[in-house]
Amino acid sequence: MTVTPAVEIHDLYKSFGRVQALDGLHLTVLPGEVAGFLGPNGAGKSTAIRVLLGLLRADSGTARLFGGEAWRDAVALHRRLAYVPGDVSLWPNLTGGEAIDFLGRLRGTVDKKRKAGLLERFELDPTKKARTYSKGNRQKVALVAAFSMDADLLILDEPTSGLDPLMEAVFTQYVREAAAQGTSVLLSSHILHEVEKVCDTVTIIRNGVSVESGTLDELRHLTRSNVTAVVSGDPSGVGRLAGVHNLAAAPADGGTRVTFDVDDAQVGAAMAELTALGLHSLTAVPPSLEELFMRHYGEALPAGTAGAR
Amino acid sequence: MSALAAPAVPRPSSGSTLTGTGRLVRFMLRRDRVRLSVWTLSVVAFYAYFADAMGPKARAARALVMETPAGIVMGGPGYGIEDYTVGVAIANEGITWVVLALGIMSVLHVVRHTRAEEESSRSELVRAAPVGRHAPAVAAIVTLLAVNAVIAVVSALALHGASGRELPLADSFGLTVGSGLSAMVFGAVAVVACQVTEHGRGATGIGLAAYGWALALRSAGDIQERHGNALSWLSPIGWAQQLRAFVDLRWWPVALPVVAILLLLALAAFLASRRDFGGGLVATRGGRADASPSLRSPLALAWRQQRSAFRWTALGMAALWYASGTLLPEIMEMGASGAADNEMFQAVFGGSDPAVFRDGFLSAMVLFAALTCAAYAIVMSGRAGAEEAAGRAEAVLALPVSRSRWFGAHLVVVGLSTVALVAVSCYAMWVGAVQVGMGEPGLAAYTDVFWTHSVALLVYLGLAAVLYAWAPSLAPAAWLLLVYAFVVGMFGAVFDLPEVAEAISPLDWLPAGFGEAPEAANMVGLAGAAGVLLALAFVGFRRRDLQSS
Repeated sequence: MTVTPAVEIHDLYKSFGRVQALDGLHLTVLPGEVAGFLGPNGAGKSTAIRVLLGLLRADSGTARLFGGEAWRDAVALHRRLAYVPGDVSLWPNLTGGEAIDFLGRLRGTVDKKRKAGLLERFELDPTKKARTYSKGNRQKVALVAAFSMDADLLILDEPTSGLDPLMEAVFTQYVREAAAQGTSVLLSSHILHEVEKVCDTVTIIRNGVSVESGTLDELRHLTRSNVTAVVSGDPSGVGRLAGVHNLAAAPADGGTRVTFDVDDAQVGAAMAELTALGLHSLTAVPPSLEELFMRHYGEALPAGTAGAR
Repeated sequence: MSALAAPAVPRPSSGSTLTGTGRLVRFMLRRDRVRLSVWTLSVVAFYAYFADAMGPKARAARALVMETPAGIVMGGPGYGIEDYTVGVAIANEGITWVVLALGIMSVLHVVRHTRAEEESSRSELVRAAPVGRHAPAVAAIVTLLAVNAVIAVVSALALHGASGRELPLADSFGLTVGSGLSAMVFGAVAVVACQVTEHGRGATGIGLAAYGWALALRSAGDIQERHGNALSWLSPIGWAQQLRAFVDLRWWPVALPVVAILLLLALAAFLASRRDFGGGLVATRGGRADASPSLRSPLALAWRQQRSAFRWTALGMAALWYASGTLLPEIMEMGASGAADNEMFQAVFGGSDPAVFRDGFLSAMVLFAALTCAAYAIVMSGRAGAEEAAGRAEAVLALPVSRSRWFGAHLVVVGLSTVALVAVSCYAMWVGAVQVGMGEPGLAAYTDVFWTHSVALLVYLGLAAVLYAWAPSLAPAAWLLLVYAFVVGMFGAVFDLPEVAEAISPLDWLPAGFGEAPEAANMVGLAGAAGVLLALAFVGFRRRDLQSS
């Protein structure tokens, strides 16, 4: 069975002058899938999205939406998608409500009830002129416009920058609702817990190329769990096991507290060793996407500039 | 001037609300060094040019014009009009315009450094530092005072010098100091407006509207009575004119702007301590929660974005060209006498025979009108680029809207607006001329001028569009063709340019004489050029990457 992916990027190249923004990118979003698109600022996320929207022309490679060519069939494809940019710019002399209606009407008709509901949930005053809106409120205008459309695909480029945690929760809920109705979602972000909350799959991009891709579970297989245990015996033997990293030991009530990271493939061996030492307590924490992310960017970048926040 | 207005400046050391004023003053001067230098040089050049421009016959003719109502509105109360010397002419005609220029500068300067900074929240950074509450406003006023003082002093010396010391120094200072103080009043109005409204645009509007009122009051008073009546004395522009520079100089009216400025600043300080940072005393009105049914296409949006600029431009052009039309009889007289003793004048306007001169003059007026409309077309076609740079084009093009539809919407609105402005200019001039009994040339001639110029102007729109579509960064190059057309149109005959060089200007393809029948081949050629440029623009815009921030 072959399904036509909602988004299909294959070996995509795009340069601006001497800057290679996309350097052989691959990305697939299957129908009904919520796909996270993770990468630090400047990794090429927005460039990839603009190519998908037919706003930029790729140098080579393919960018398809629902099987149609992103550049050539842009207008027809845009009937099926809604887009929220990361930095929303609105017409200064239009109110938020007018902007929502205008954007909605370019696609079809505006469902007034749905608009009213979204305005209420996002706590947005639609009667204010756009020039008086804060960044968060401009973002809300774009979100309300996007969610009030019946789209088969939502393309969201860092959509929650500027939203407070409460509004982020509202946003997450709407993404889940859309997904439940079978809408495909491409969510670009550098905020890890946002992707972790709603996404089925994740593609990690760095310097214009995808470095990791798969379901959240698949990606976790690639990483290490963090183990903390209190044992009676001397734990230094554990540190000599293959696949165990960063072992530290300190005296604790009734024995020695030991912490280490372990490759998922070596968990069994490590557990056997710990048990033999007389195990008092044990916690094992699965890697957060944060750590996964740090592994790709944290080592190469100076501290503090990694995409995590 | 600085000595006169010194009380307007509170001493920075007088309290903690003024801490940091000195540093802000230096910062503003540093930031605006180019802008302020350009204003200064422009105004000084205007004075110097005026002091040396007119011969005695030309002045006598101007004096006639300045007695008509239109002349009074554009000029002054008519002190010394019986013996219209250079100094009298400058004082009578120049003050209205100098105060307009300096007034605009003052309003923009104040708004730019106070309300606009607050609006963009840049001054939040400044105010979080050890800087007093009133420091930014006071620093803006201090810098404004400084630049106006420099302009007044240099201008007075330039007048004195450029006239070969014919213009007395005291009167020169009376003229420039009076004008500077008058302009400062509008700056002070803007300071008050900045406390009242939340937005820089609103404050700028109030400041400029104040000038409009001042002009209306002064004009009404001066038309009712030569040398003005009580209405003229209500106007800051009138105060500068009532110094009677170069006629019978009196200094006491300078007290009026000084007092007005102090009162306005006191009012501003009172209001400022009663409002929040970033807030105004008048909250912004809410707008519609839902868009009107007509706002449903890129075309509707483009019109919505441009309509107020169009309306104001149309109003301004209608008033300007109507007034020019009513001046026609006097200008014929003035030109005929001016042309008699000036060969260059004759070359530009086509001779000294009154009818030929009239049509030559009308052609020159139409050239100005056409170039103004061309400038409008170039400025407004730049709106598409602004939409793109701000990312708003992206929002629309991510919806089912084709590149051609979006771009076409902008070009259609700009094109129709430009043609409408040409119509407004031509027919306003005709109405004005008919009202003063100049039935010749007739309506048909104006209509020919209207449509032939409209076609030529579409070439400008096409050029601006093509540049933007293929190389957005080169879009301003469209101005070069405009400047070129001006030089060729005004001075082509003087420079004796080869025909090929003149033909580069689209306007050169139009009939030379006012209302002459156009050559069909030329018109087809112009329309073809406009069509090809516009078609190329669409091809280019559909091919290229969208620029985004």
